[in-house]
Amino acid sequence: MATLTETAARRDSAEPPDRRPHRRTAARGIPLLPAVLVLGAFLAGPVLYSIYLAFTNRALRGEGASETSFVGLDNFRTAFDTSEFWNAVGLTLVFTVVSGIIGQNVLGMALALLLRRSATWVGVLTGTIVVGAWIVPEVVAGYLWYTFLSDGGSLNGILGFLHLPNQDWLIASPIIAVSFANIWRGTAFAMLTYSAALSQVSPELDESAQIDGAGPVRRFWSITLPLLRRSIMTCLMLTTLQTLSVFGLIYVMTGGGPGIQSQTLPLYMYEQAFSYGQLGYGTAVALMLLLVGGLAALAYLRVLPKEDKE
Amino acid sequence: MADWITRPDHTRRDVLRLVGGAAVAVPFAALAGCSSNSGKTLRVSYQQFGSGKIMSNYLTKVAAQFSKAHPDITVELVPLVAAENDYFTKNELMMSSSRTACDLVYEDTFILKSDVAAGYLQPIDHLLDKWPMWDQFYPITQTAVQAEDGKHYGVPIFTDTRAIWHNKDLLAKAGFPAPWQPRTWDDILTAARAVKKKLPGVVPINIYAGKASGEKTSMQGFEMLLYGTRSKLYDEKHKKWVLGSKGFIDSLQMIKTIFDEKLGPPIANALDPNLSETVSSDWFPHGKLAMAVDGCWIGGAWGEGAAAAWPEAHKVLKLAKMPTQHGEAPGLVTLSGGFSWAMPAKASQPDLAWQFVEQMMGTQNMTDFAIADNQISVRRDIAAQPRYQNSSPTVGFFTELVKNTTYRPALAPYPQISNAIQVATESVMIGSKSPQAAAKSYDAAVIDIVGKSETMKEA
Repeated sequence: MATLTETAARRDSAEPPDRRPHRRTAARGIPLLPAVLVLGAFLAGPVLYSIYLAFTNRALRGEGASETSFVGLDNFRTAFDTSEFWNAVGLTLVFTVVSGIIGQNVLGMALALLLRRSATWVGVLTGTIVVGAWIVPEVVAGYLWYTFLSDGGSLNGILGFLHLPNQDWLIASPIIAVSFANIWRGTAFAMLTYSAALSQVSPELDESAQIDGAGPVRRFWSITLPLLRRSIMTCLMLTTLQTLSVFGLIYVMTGGGPGIQSQTLPLYMYEQAFSYGQLGYGTAVALMLLLVGGLAALAYLRVLPKEDKE
Repeated sequence: MADWITRPDHTRRDVLRLVGGAAVAVPFAALAGCSSNSGKTLRVSYQQFGSGKIMSNYLTKVAAQFSKAHPDITVELVPLVAAENDYFTKNELMMSSSRTACDLVYEDTFILKSDVAAGYLQPIDHLLDKWPMWDQFYPITQTAVQAEDGKHYGVPIFTDTRAIWHNKDLLAKAGFPAPWQPRTWDDILTAARAVKKKLPGVVPINIYAGKASGEKTSMQGFEMLLYGTRSKLYDEKHKKWVLGSKGFIDSLQMIKTIFDEKLGPPIANALDPNLSETVSSDWFPHGKLAMAVDGCWIGGAWGEGAAAAWPEAHKVLKLAKMPTQHGEAPGLVTLSGGFSWAMPAKASQPDLAWQFVEQMMGTQNMTDFAIADNQISVRRDIAAQPRYQNSSPTVGFFTELVKNTTYRPALAPYPQISNAIQVATESVMIGSKSPQAAAKSYDAAVIDIVGKSETMKEA
């Protein structure tokens, strides 16, 4: 009852807010203070400090590294003038689109659809394998793929056995090689999301469409997909954000090489900040990576409410 | 109890206030990384990587000697567990605060000048001048610890040199009986071509190139070529970085020739970060490689109990000096790196730290350490010791090279310039650029790194 009147009161914004409960709420917040302080010191503090760093020339070594001064937007200007930065941006987009947005989601959706009507043991077996790839730590997955694709690796062993020519994807097309590895590793997440979403779709809809004479493709496009839109958007957003920040997998497989042909933004940032000691610049690049992620998230979120209104 | 029931609100608030207040009042303990320096503690930091105990054993021994002479002083050893780049970072972070700075640090000559420029270290000329041992150091190694201001900032501990390791049996089969000593780059190419022709399946020569091998590419590979020409990376006189030199292009051409004619490792191996591992533990012991331009330390891989133990190594593998391009004087080239002891600007016990250095650097102690760690000494008194000369089959050869060695221009921008070199070598080895075009890109990269005013065309 109380809750009802409260919500009614909240809806009626003309009513002046009651002060006393507010003060009481504030007093009740006191026990939270230690936690808030600790969070502020150890979480918000470093975040704010790193935003500040992006606008300074903080460096670990080299001329005047012991003095840090504010340089405004210099770091960002330097980045925009550096071809390596744009190379990293391009590769990051390729990597994210190919392995995150397309690869993981399409494959995850396909697996989820196939498993929908499969026998239980097939589902369990496939699920185990796919999820197994996902729970392997990133570094281990990277190393597995390195040993699979590298010159003396198992793939060339198999090709040699079949008298086929050797491949050298790690050298010839490194960004595609790491994209494959990332698809292998991240498909499980999309598959689980879509399986859960599909289980919410009632089979009657599908069946009635079938009676009306719709083929499987038509049913997927006109019935299943529209019903899954929200899950798809959520899943796209999460895989995009995860893929943008992949570091260990690429670092282990190619180290960003050969040259800079697979140096995505996280690797570029690492090189600048920790190989060259340019902390300020590295942080500025990190901030831009955050911005890219933020923009992607916003784009997905803008699409979402429209679906809700329908 | 009745209170709680009748006036729950009030009492509960009181209790909450009390608890909350108490919680807020609890002071956050300061998270000090290092213990604070009392007047009686001397702190020495060093790099601890992998399971090697040689350094810590040696320092423990010296610390015990030191404590005997100074019973009131405790020596605290601070091992920084990290690989190369991470070690630099950890060390620099510690030196940047007086609360964590140690009194003595273990500095790679590669990063020393960068750290001087950053203001992390203090000059020690006044101490070196009064130290009788200082005259025993080869002059070239003394300049390695000299910064741009002409002052010395460290005491070199040991160095390393580079040459051509080669398999004498394979070369003999190709028509080059021992002792083999090339006089020019062409001699190297001739031998490599002969190996390729007569011994299919054997890699003729390995010269590190490409970004994957990192500093090995710059130092064991490219600079071993460049410093055999008349050009350099950095002009000491004008204090500027040299662009587009003839020697730079010639060195790239040499790398291009090796990879174009397939005289080097297959490209997939050449671009593998683990190439050095492959060379020492697979190719050399199994007779798959004829020559390699590499460092003095790779012999360590074949010692007793090592990963790739190979008792016959020194019977089969011989050493030749790296020649200059056309046999110009002095007729050989070698590059050196190595570590030194340095004193942070924020060290709290500089005088004690110096006394500790003197203790460490005694002839006896240093000889023991050099032998235990397979080092190439930087001092005449140690090089003259018979037990040092006999400590390994190669130590005499590599120590002999020190007199003619070249140190990298390890100034602050060097790590980035080194990276630009690696990129240049990689673009010629995979055939994406001509040596001239790769040198042009290098010039643009260097101007990017240091600014146009810090560069010059070759005189």
